[in-house]
Amino acid sequence: MPSFYHETHTMFGHLRNPVLQWIFSIDHKRIGLMYMTLMFTLFFLAVGAALTMRAELFAPGAQFLEPQTYNELFTFHGVTMIFLFIVPGIPATLGNFLLPLMLGAHDVSFPRLNLISFWFYVLGVILGISSLVTGHGFADTGWTFYAPYSIRTDAHVLSTLSAAFILGLSSILTGLNFIVTIHRLRAPGMGFFKMPLFIWGLYATAWIQVLATPVVGITLLLVILERTLGIGIFDPTKGGDPVLFEHLFWIYSHPAVYLMILPGFGIVSEVLPAFTRRTIFGYHAIAISSASIAGIGYLVWGHHMYTSGMSDLARVIFSFLTFLVAVPTGVKIFDWVATMYKGSIVLATPMLWILGSIINFTVGGLTGLTLGAIGPDIHLHDTYYVVAHFHYTILGGVIFMFIGGLHYWYPKITGKLYDEGLGRIAFGLAFVGFNMLWFPMFLAGFFGNPRRYFDYLPDFTVYHQISGVGALLIASGLVMIVYTFYRGLRSGRDAGPNPWNATTLEWHIPSPPPLENFPKIPYVDFEPYEYEAGEPLVQFDENFRRIR
Amino acid sequence: MQQEMAYDAQGQPHPVVDFHNDYGGAKFGFWVFLMTEAMMFGTLFLLFAIYFYRHTESYVASSGHLDVWLGGTNTMILLISTYTMGLGTMMLRRGRVRAAVLLVGATALMALIFLGIKAVEWNMEISRGIYPGSGVLDALDRGEILFFGLYFVMTGLHGLHVIAGVALMSWVLLLIRSGGIRPEHTIVMKNVTLYWDFVHLVWIILFPLFYMIGV
Repeated sequence: MPSFYHETHTMFGHLRNPVLQWIFSIDHKRIGLMYMTLMFTLFFLAVGAALTMRAELFAPGAQFLEPQTYNELFTFHGVTMIFLFIVPGIPATLGNFLLPLMLGAHDVSFPRLNLISFWFYVLGVILGISSLVTGHGFADTGWTFYAPYSIRTDAHVLSTLSAAFILGLSSILTGLNFIVTIHRLRAPGMGFFKMPLFIWGLYATAWIQVLATPVVGITLLLVILERTLGIGIFDPTKGGDPVLFEHLFWIYSHPAVYLMILPGFGIVSEVLPAFTRRTIFGYHAIAISSASIAGIGYLVWGHHMYTSGMSDLARVIFSFLTFLVAVPTGVKIFDWVATMYKGSIVLATPMLWILGSIINFTVGGLTGLTLGAIGPDIHLHDTYYVVAHFHYTILGGVIFMFIGGLHYWYPKITGKLYDEGLGRIAFGLAFVGFNMLWFPMFLAGFFGNPRRYFDYLPDFTVYHQISGVGALLIASGLVMIVYTFYRGLRSGRDAGPNPWNATTLEWHIPSPPPLENFPKIPYVDFEPYEYEAGEPLVQFDENFRRIR
Repeated sequence: MQQEMAYDAQGQPHPVVDFHNDYGGAKFGFWVFLMTEAMMFGTLFLLFAIYFYRHTESYVASSGHLDVWLGGTNTMILLISTYTMGLGTMMLRRGRVRAAVLLVGATALMALIFLGIKAVEWNMEISRGIYPGSGVLDALDRGEILFFGLYFVMTGLHGLHVIAGVALMSWVLLLIRSGGIRPEHTIVMKNVTLYWDFVHLVWIILFPLFYMIGV
């Protein structure tokens, strides 16, 4: 059966040119792969920026960067990683590729809209990157664009703001498409509680995308109007209130944190059953906790603002609500641990990444509690402790889960297997490197090293130097993953439809999948993760009738 | 196209919902889109509420400068236009295509009149020297700067939505001509009607907030 690499639907009927066939393809799988290529290119650019900063910080004092260049570098790193990579990342890449496959659908609900959101994304990337070479250099505000500095600075904030606005639009359209697809195109028989957990993660994420992104969109638009027309909403000289900017910004951007992690949690819940050969423990609890994290996530933005001027009562309330998010998150972690208990665990590469991510995320989550508490936060606010905390959750958590997912679905996407040995070494390098890179930051921050500064006191040298070595290790791990995947593509063995003995629907079709995913849509009246003696319980014949 | 079926273990057929002609999906998707619009305008209303609370007196004073009669006329026009738009959808579903075309055309015309009156109003403010960043406005007190800042942003954003509405209605008329919207296939028309309803609802809230608190 020819795969989706050989034939496709496009926006304009049948095109003969293979490049145009990709650019205008409305097939969700091709769109997912286009996102992936572009996003990982940007990811490595942002990693490059981070390594440059680490090199500058290897010793106290100025090495080779101007302070202004340093400000632009960390803004570029933040904007690219947050707006271009990690927020849209998992839904746009793996989500696009897998959502219809896991639901038993031929495509998403609005395939053309899907392609249009990709084009918006490209436009956002062009606008964002173009400010590197036009005007007075890249924005130097940090990725948060805090007013009034973002209104006053000479740097090229306008195009970065517009880029973030357009990327928001792209993200909203993807979320909308996913919500409708999940509601309308589930295979017959598949109730909400028979959906795979990755879909639950995407579903909760999509609602956040739809309901939170417009708030930051209009807020950024107001900053744009502030810079161009001087409307005064956030400008204190005209009576505007810059703290309101922070409120509106974090009303979006705190839920956005869950927008990054929820699909990652979904990946964990897919990989664990496959490599422990067991039904996931507490399916309903995991599904509902995704939804409740999304819900509570809206109510906690104030913990970013303990030091920006807020009443004590508001601080106490936000602190309490912040602790509350830990409850559904804890439910998930305990369910995962319970799934592994007495399972026959296969330590393949995807499983290693997932285990690593659970460890890192737990460290990140627990340090998050100290920051959610008012007292410690006043001490630790805007120190390297915060930087270490969110890199533990986002890099050590989300990106580790993302990479685990990439390894897990690699055979499905390419039809090939990668080299296990190389994969494990790459994980080892990245895991050790990651902890060397970020753990010292907790200490540096605790002892008072502020974040975002171009320089530091000589007392902190040792922490920065350990971090510098760790950064090199994790970077080489990342490069090695690229090499592993490349070698798998060139000379990997054929994967077959189901190399991991997994149970969800996408593993019942050929790898790589054919154009319309399923020759016949299956009837789904079974739970997503059922094993019997280490083998998937449910099997289909070639017409997608159940034979077991 | 033939309806695709999925068969369960007992061999019973179950219809498969297909993305090509999923009316329910198109309608639901549009409601979700309207939620994003509501969140966006909602943010601006929140800003309005906060600054109104802080500068109530200057808000009331600057509201008195706006022409409540022009704004009121515009409110009436939008109310009637929603009625004609809804009526148009109803007529189309009953198969009275010609009446539907006339009603949608009338709606678009009213939208244009709305924009015309809006332009007159903006022009009145601007000729008095009141526009964002102007020296006259910046010399006023802070509450008034914020009031007019929000006034121009919110009515401007609403105006953009009205312009988009006119574009959508023209598109609907083209689709009716080319058979893309037929009495038995009205989902696009329904969604545009829903959109226009939303645009008029936003104005219904904008009008008392900006024009009436000073009366």
